[in-house]
Amino acid sequence: MAYHSFLLEPISCHAWNKDRTQIALCPNNHEVHIYNKAGNNWNKIHVLKEHNGQVTGIDWAPESNRIVTCGTDRNAYVWTLKGDAWKPTLVILRINRAARCVKWSPKENKFAVGSGSRLISVCYFEQDNDWWVCKHIKKPIRSTILCLDWHPNNVLLAAGSCDFKCRIFSAYIKEVEEKPAPTAWGSKMPFGEVMFESTGTSGWVHGVCFSDSGNRVAWASHDSTVAVAEGGKTAVCTSLTSETLPLLCVTFITENSLVAAGHDCYPVLFVYDSNNAALSFGGKLDVPKQSAQKGMTARERFQNLDKKATTESKEAVLESLHKNSISQISLLDGGKAKCSKFCTTGMDGGMTIWDVKTLESAMKDLKIV
Amino acid sequence: MAKNTLSSRFRKVDIDEFDENKFVDDHDEAADQQGPDALEVDNLLRQGDTMSALHIALRNPPIHSKNPAIKERAQTVVFRVLTSFKSSDIEPAVKSLDKNGVDLLMKYIYKGFERPTDNSSAILLQWHEKVFAAGGLGCIVRVMTARKSV
Repeated sequence: MAYHSFLLEPISCHAWNKDRTQIALCPNNHEVHIYNKAGNNWNKIHVLKEHNGQVTGIDWAPESNRIVTCGTDRNAYVWTLKGDAWKPTLVILRINRAARCVKWSPKENKFAVGSGSRLISVCYFEQDNDWWVCKHIKKPIRSTILCLDWHPNNVLLAAGSCDFKCRIFSAYIKEVEEKPAPTAWGSKMPFGEVMFESTGTSGWVHGVCFSDSGNRVAWASHDSTVAVAEGGKTAVCTSLTSETLPLLCVTFITENSLVAAGHDCYPVLFVYDSNNAALSFGGKLDVPKQSAQKGMTARERFQNLDKKATTESKEAVLESLHKNSISQISLLDGGKAKCSKFCTTGMDGGMTIWDVKTLESAMKDLKIV
Repeated sequence: MAKNTLSSRFRKVDIDEFDENKFVDDHDEAADQQGPDALEVDNLLRQGDTMSALHIALRNPPIHSKNPAIKERAQTVVFRVLTSFKSSDIEPAVKSLDKNGVDLLMKYIYKGFERPTDNSSAILLQWHEKVFAAGGLGCIVRVMTARKSV
């Protein structure tokens, strides 16, 4: 796996461009840095400075090559590349708390911003007035929206929030799209309709993700739980209480496999069995280090007894690639149907690119179905 | 200097009370839970069957109850069961529990830590070591994030 350390500060969020040659990341302040890959090096080529609050979300539209950012200054900016510079366009979200996360829709004709104002702003461009207009989804959200993900049909929107719920809303904007076809989550989708609401998990929902088909949604919550819901006449919910620290992000890498990561500093695999509606732990995905097991001499043993009152050399060293919590996972190759590479960034200021094939061969008993 | 600048009472005002949209926990209409059956537990302990007593004590926890007396009684019953175990029997007992049982037992252990009595912390720490080995850090995280306690 390729680990690259960008900064000493945490990376709070990141986004990749279409051909994965550039990455935009936020060094936990009000700037967005864009790095370009040159061989094995990463060179900073742009600094986007328009937010006057900390940037909390970045998303990069691959086809139209636009970046949307949101921050604690309650604003969102849409950045377009003009010549050699990125130009911002202000988007008024009409919120009175920080914006928390942002996602382009699959067709890139709108984006959604989750905020601490207990609402989701769905923004679309109005040609007549040459500006971005937003509509609000309010009911029944009762706390901060922490994460968002779009359904492949460009209409449904999954949101996880601090009121311990994962919900699926309709974000249908009749100004920019046609009436959608029925889905597993429902057939009538007026704007703001709640198509699904989770029960059972009792922690803040940090990460949410639709599967490639859109028929499943997975979320990770702060009570160290990962849950998957399957759409249908009666939505089937299944959750797995893990033994790890809380997970902060989750994503599908096939229709039945999920990768999640969080405060344990390494990604983990979960496998969903749709026949039994059961979720199981697939394995820890970090590469085990070949720690040299040097034997202790008698002198060292007694020295340890003298200094530390122990007979072992227990150093508190993290053996994972990331040295602090992982805050975001993004897919690089293959998409959610059959991912071959994914990327994690974390609070140690580093980024790791994980190759699924290498992981599968390096760890016995690891099977991605 | 004006006296009221020293006042800090305003810092204790709960402004969320004045917010009509404030978050309220889901109100579960579950049937009232009376906690574990103390008589059955006592019978099993008298017969020396500590393993079954543990399983009975962890049944029907007063999670949704708002009655402090019921919670206190459940805590007392569970703690009496925990003290009845020999140290060597703790590990197989923990292994006999399923995931929910391990999480629930950890909740009782942390509840016991909140109000220590004579020698209770030592016994609870022994159990904590075994329950932690079975449930991992996630077990403790779920005790901290749970909004309804035993």
